[in-house]
Amino acid sequence: MTTLARDPGRDLRLTPARRKLNRILCNWQLYLFLLPALAYFLLFRYYPMLGVQIAFKKFKAVPGIWGSPWVGFRNFEHFFKTPDFKRLITNTLAVSVETLLISFPVPILLALLLNQLPSKRYKKLVQTTIYAPHFISTVVLVGIIFLFTSPRAGIINHLIASLGGTRIHFTAEPGWFRPLYIGSDIWQNAGWGSIIYLAALSGINPELHEAAIMDGANKYQRVWHIDLPGILPTVVVMFILSAGKVMSVGFEKAFLMQTSLNISASEIIATYVYKRGLQQSQFDFSTAVGLFESVVNLVMITTVNFLSKKVTNSSLF
Amino acid sequence: MLQTELAAKKRGLKVGQTRMDKTFDIMNYVVLTICFLVVAYPLYFVVIASISDPVDVNAGRVILYPVRMTMDGYRRILEYKSFFTGYRNTLVYTGVGTLVNMLLTVPAAYALSRKDLVGRNVFMMMIAFTMIFSAGLIPTYLHIRDLGLIDTMWALILPGAVSTWNLIVARTFFQQSIPDDLLEAAQLDGATNAQFFVQIVLPLSKSILAVLVLFYAVGHWNTYSNALYYIISDDKRPLQLVLRSILFENTMGDMVEDASNLAAQQRLGDLIKYGIIIASSLPLMILYPFLQRYFIQGVMIGAVKG
Repeated sequence: MTTLARDPGRDLRLTPARRKLNRILCNWQLYLFLLPALAYFLLFRYYPMLGVQIAFKKFKAVPGIWGSPWVGFRNFEHFFKTPDFKRLITNTLAVSVETLLISFPVPILLALLLNQLPSKRYKKLVQTTIYAPHFISTVVLVGIIFLFTSPRAGIINHLIASLGGTRIHFTAEPGWFRPLYIGSDIWQNAGWGSIIYLAALSGINPELHEAAIMDGANKYQRVWHIDLPGILPTVVVMFILSAGKVMSVGFEKAFLMQTSLNISASEIIATYVYKRGLQQSQFDFSTAVGLFESVVNLVMITTVNFLSKKVTNSSLF
Repeated sequence: MLQTELAAKKRGLKVGQTRMDKTFDIMNYVVLTICFLVVAYPLYFVVIASISDPVDVNAGRVILYPVRMTMDGYRRILEYKSFFTGYRNTLVYTGVGTLVNMLLTVPAAYALSRKDLVGRNVFMMMIAFTMIFSAGLIPTYLHIRDLGLIDTMWALILPGAVSTWNLIVARTFFQQSIPDDLLEAAQLDGATNAQFFVQIVLPLSKSILAVLVLFYAVGHWNTYSNALYYIISDDKRPLQLVLRSILFENTMGDMVEDASNLAAQQRLGDLIKYGIIIASSLPLMILYPFLQRYFIQGVMIGAVKG
């Protein structure tokens, strides 16, 4: 043990303030370690937040961010009144809510099943395979989707035709946008998503299972009464994280999956902000749209977090 | 043998199993095998389509194995200049980017893991806040533009220099794996924080360092949106952007010039698309099984914190 005299950070003969100062001074190198990352956060995360003010301004290039005149909520009103507004919100919410409802359970199911697989070798094989799509880039994933769904040459339509059906032009029909989006999302991410649940399952006390077997419970019952409740905290946390992101459907995939024909279903807030902002340089307007999205997300995640604290006692913060 | 064991063996079951269990197991195997095939078959198909005659792929005759094998697609890809510049750029961006990531993230994660760091909570809140609120695309873009970083490598590296998630994962690792007594012993020996970090903590942290490198590197390799926003010159495009122009904008010009007619060009185009998907995903797909252990470890550490 260090003697108190040697540790000015814990020397009780000094005042608390003096001890704190000593701790800071002693650890000056730690602050140096922290400095680059801190500088990054201030420079590239917080400073741009100041730029958000142009959502409330009429942005002009010469006066720039700070000099442009204030216009209050005009940009937001403009956004709410555009004919696009309803469609955008619908598309964005529909994609994320449906993704949440449909893809959320899949990794959980996979984890529960994998966990009960008797053969360790087969389990390893399946796991390695279903994790692989996670490492495919978005560009490649959507590239594969377009190749497979091509009406003349795609393997899916060949299958449909050989079963006697009519070929479907998947990427030209708005109605197919969401199924393709969500289906490919499950294909790519369900396997990887099961890792967290498998980790949680490994934390369940094996004695619970042994006791249940003694009582004559079969596997169905054990999964339902032991495994599921055991991973419930993890499920709740993951759900909060996903629910909180409900407004922020990712730009990358939707942008690639857009075609001129399915745009009525595939235009989401993120792609809209990109087009209006970077392609058409309507900086103030698109910042307002983006801010709207961020604020909704903030509200969502704090609400869902609050509710879950009340209902299940576990939450994110 | 015990009475129960005999009874079980008679039914063809193991001890403690019921008949319901056996059906469960069979169903389990069936479902998971279907999942396995659903994932594996598309990947397998892309491979065989990339080495089959485009006429057969187009007509749907390629199902389980390559038909009239041809390496023509790959040959054309290897002759395509942008493919190589894309690859080279991605390798550079990934290398430099990951280095920057590690230099910024690891020391900071260690500092934040120390309980005696005054102001620790403030820093953590500051960092965590960025996970739930961000400036948005346009303000960030304008900021990068004002810094003069448009069309440079740094526009791809700096905005994402520290991933909050990775930082937290690393911090959790340090908190759990570097015992306090180790620190105290080193302090008794007169070691400074820097010495302790470099000579003791880092060698003990090889696994988390590997995890971080992998997570960051894969991130660099795969993202294309930052390049879309910030890169303008053709020769600075990373691989994903080149990929996008081939797969979605059909810019293959010289690669399919010599095809006899439009239909043949389209088929050849498809062959090239399948091939370039394989060519650009190959490094990750090959490395990934060997490094799977590290990735999973990383996710699990993150899960514990979550």
